[in-house]
Amino acid sequence: MRHVKTTINGERSEFLCDDGQTLLEALRDVLQMTGTKEGCGTGDCGACSVVFNGRLVCSCLVLAAEAEGGQVETVEGIAEEGVLHPLQRHFLDEAALQCGICTPGFLVAAKNLLEQNADPTETEVRFWLAGNLCRCTGYDKIIRAVLDAAAEMRGETS
Amino acid sequence: MSASADEKKYRWVGTRPVRPDGYDKVTGRAQYGADFALPGMLWGAVLRSPHAHARIVSIDSSEALAMEGVHAVLTGADLPDPYADDFDKETRHLACNVMAREKVLYHGHALAAVAAATAEIARQALELIHVEYEVLTPVLDIESALSSDAPLLHEGLKTRGEEDPAPSNVAAKVEMGHGDVEIGFGLADVIVEREFTTQAVHQGYIEPHACLAQVEGDGKAVLWVSSQGQFAMRSLTAGVLELDLSQLRVIPAEIGGGFGGKTTVYLEPLAVALAKKTGRPVKMVMSREEVFRSSGPVLSTRIKVKIGATHEGKLVAAQAFLHYEAGGFPGSSVQAGSMTVFGSYALEHVQITGYDVVVNKPKGAAYRAPGAPMAAFATETVLDELAEKLKIDPVDFRLANAAVEGTRAAFGPRFRRIGLVETLEQVKAHPHYSAPLQANQGRGVAVGFWFNAGLQSSAAVHVNADGTVSVVSGNPDIGGSRASLAIMAAEELGIEYDAVDVLVADTTSIGFNDVTGGSRVTFATGMAVIESAREVIQQLRERAAALFETDVENVVWEDGRALAPGLKDSEPLDLKTLASQAGKTGGPISGRHSLSARGVGMGFGAHICDVEVDPETGRLTVLRYTAVQDAGKAIHPSYVEGQMQGGVAQGVGWALNEEYVYDAEGRLENPGFLDYRVPVASDLPMIDTVIVEVPNDGHPYGVRGVGEVPIVAPLPAVANAVYGATGVRFTDLPLSPPRVLAGLESNGKS
Repeated sequence: MRHVKTTINGERSEFLCDDGQTLLEALRDVLQMTGTKEGCGTGDCGACSVVFNGRLVCSCLVLAAEAEGGQVETVEGIAEEGVLHPLQRHFLDEAALQCGICTPGFLVAAKNLLEQNADPTETEVRFWLAGNLCRCTGYDKIIRAVLDAAAEMRGETS
Repeated sequence: MSASADEKKYRWVGTRPVRPDGYDKVTGRAQYGADFALPGMLWGAVLRSPHAHARIVSIDSSEALAMEGVHAVLTGADLPDPYADDFDKETRHLACNVMAREKVLYHGHALAAVAAATAEIARQALELIHVEYEVLTPVLDIESALSSDAPLLHEGLKTRGEEDPAPSNVAAKVEMGHGDVEIGFGLADVIVEREFTTQAVHQGYIEPHACLAQVEGDGKAVLWVSSQGQFAMRSLTAGVLELDLSQLRVIPAEIGGGFGGKTTVYLEPLAVALAKKTGRPVKMVMSREEVFRSSGPVLSTRIKVKIGATHEGKLVAAQAFLHYEAGGFPGSSVQAGSMTVFGSYALEHVQITGYDVVVNKPKGAAYRAPGAPMAAFATETVLDELAEKLKIDPVDFRLANAAVEGTRAAFGPRFRRIGLVETLEQVKAHPHYSAPLQANQGRGVAVGFWFNAGLQSSAAVHVNADGTVSVVSGNPDIGGSRASLAIMAAEELGIEYDAVDVLVADTTSIGFNDVTGGSRVTFATGMAVIESAREVIQQLRERAAALFETDVENVVWEDGRALAPGLKDSEPLDLKTLASQAGKTGGPISGRHSLSARGVGMGFGAHICDVEVDPETGRLTVLRYTAVQDAGKAIHPSYVEGQMQGGVAQGVGWALNEEYVYDAEGRLENPGFLDYRVPVASDLPMIDTVIVEVPNDGHPYGVRGVGEVPIVAPLPAVANAVYGATGVRFTDLPLSPPRVLAGLESNGKS
């Protein structure tokens, strides 16, 4: 067992894990933070997307032990004090989710995009989110929600 | 965009409020199948066959059982014997699919399960279970399954629907039609006949199958599971384990996609059996590889279609032979495929023959409009070719032959009011249909048809003391149905949408419901909610009558208030006031309703697809896509559009990329999202939608099911567009770059 000290969504966190355990397993099975989802375990679907030390990653491809001293951001940290992030609001207002299993990963990935590029084109959004699979929506409403949230965050719409 | 024929004014129906479960689903709070844990919980894992076809000689689990941390090993010998005389015959194949007995019938077939302290120990223990196999020759396609010297998957299997059959790999033959096709084809000026194939594809839900089972001291079991129906999980699990239904409570998790694939059981009976054996809660979660190898995809098909028409463009005869692979056990979607193959058109002479063929692949499961997309691929491609030969616009050709109210369907009954003509007219009128195309681009149109289901539903509506309302449903919410149920309850009661919450209850907390499937929840469960709300209104009128000191006949319910129009000085009483006084006027106010839904509205869609081909590589790009569909009445238009867009995306994936690839021994070579490639965001354009509203008079608001229709048309719409771009009629899916390139080369275009 390895003792890991890390920061998750701005809060200091400690946990025990096996050497072979992934960050995804530590989040879900050790810390009971089940907002981050497992769709494949091989880095192909993006349901487990988290931001690790500023980079968008699949948490199923990161060892839990690597989180030592690092910063992890998950879907649970996107709303602040119960107030939804513009991305979360636009996902709801524009029905950008159906079953919702891929939604945490899309929100984490889209937030990371908008922090680097406040005014992405539709094509840029589509390629940034190409690592996140959604089987319900055909992506249309997801892409629109991200573009509309970006516009709102730029102050272009209410 | 919507094209409505319905003038009724509603307050909530047709609006787009936020779904009741929305907050939980954007914050990570919603609990899906794998999100549950209990103290003392063990992890289960399943040993799966490395062979596509083999006899199980022996299973030795002693070494696995001796491993530290292993609590139990389960094999078929620990479960009720499906071949016992008193075992339910309808459940026999399911039980053998859940856990192989005597033979394994596909690569990935379960044959033992372990419960251990951790998931890792459980996986390691699987390697210590020693199985001796007698490997048999696998049967891997329709051709070899039908050959006279084919190995038999099931030695006693005889063709249902065939007179005096010998044992074979054909489980069933279905026949339907009317008229006389020989006469019909004799009237034809032009006949086109082609044979089509499609490959196995998977629903591709992002959430793998997952469940958690616990057995109480008295032997009663509780199962938390992600599925399309807690009642189906209960009856199927109880069937395999021979439990009374009252001994198993199933609590529905949120479901991360199903598309038909989560209507049957795989892990659930094993988890309950392991929990019984160990006395501990047992959690089981499939890996993605297990989902591909061992759950229920839809398998390959071979369909021959022949259609004749006159010079004037009237269809005179149609004939189809459909072979659908069922997988290791009987039961493909060939029946529905046969019923839909000519379902959209008026035909005097029609003959359809379908065959259900077992092969050494996983037992297929339902996938969104089961059986229909492949059948539509065949018919709509042949119609496109006929239209071209006749020099008639392909939409006009379909309009001239479209089924209308009163048309006798190829599968028997006459259609009630349907919206195919209105849908096709919207296609013709859409700017997409006449937009210019560039070189290497093509446009295709196609029609999709699906029956939609009614089945059984129960719902309850409870009025809370503060005037808010709780709706209780028994159908897992896959795509926003809580919102549509809340809209209908608010509409009936005349109250605020935000005053309504919707709970999806467990199997002991609401009456029976069939699965969330068949595009039936907003239609059928919606009617149960509407009737429950009407029962609540009746009670509210009675309570108000008591307070008004008048007869209930003198009280009406309007805009959320009770009024006694004939009574002087009677102030209207709103729901909140009546709710607060319920204790004094007769107790809690609560309505419930159960039904077996009648009046299903059949659904039609028509799609326009533009593709561009890269002649160097054979790669196809979908440039523009428009889906038009008759929804009857869109309760929450955003979620109707979402169904249309999602169905299109799945259909485009089926047409362009997706396929199971097997090696010569029947091992699946691409059991992961890297090699089984579903469409990603950068593969698709925006998907334009037009909702047509031809009301279904079988539903108070006119609702037709909408979930399945949109996956039917994309296969032929894409293929017809590719013909436009290349001049090549492709009859085999998927249209992956190597296949397209080969087609171009044989046509001298590359």
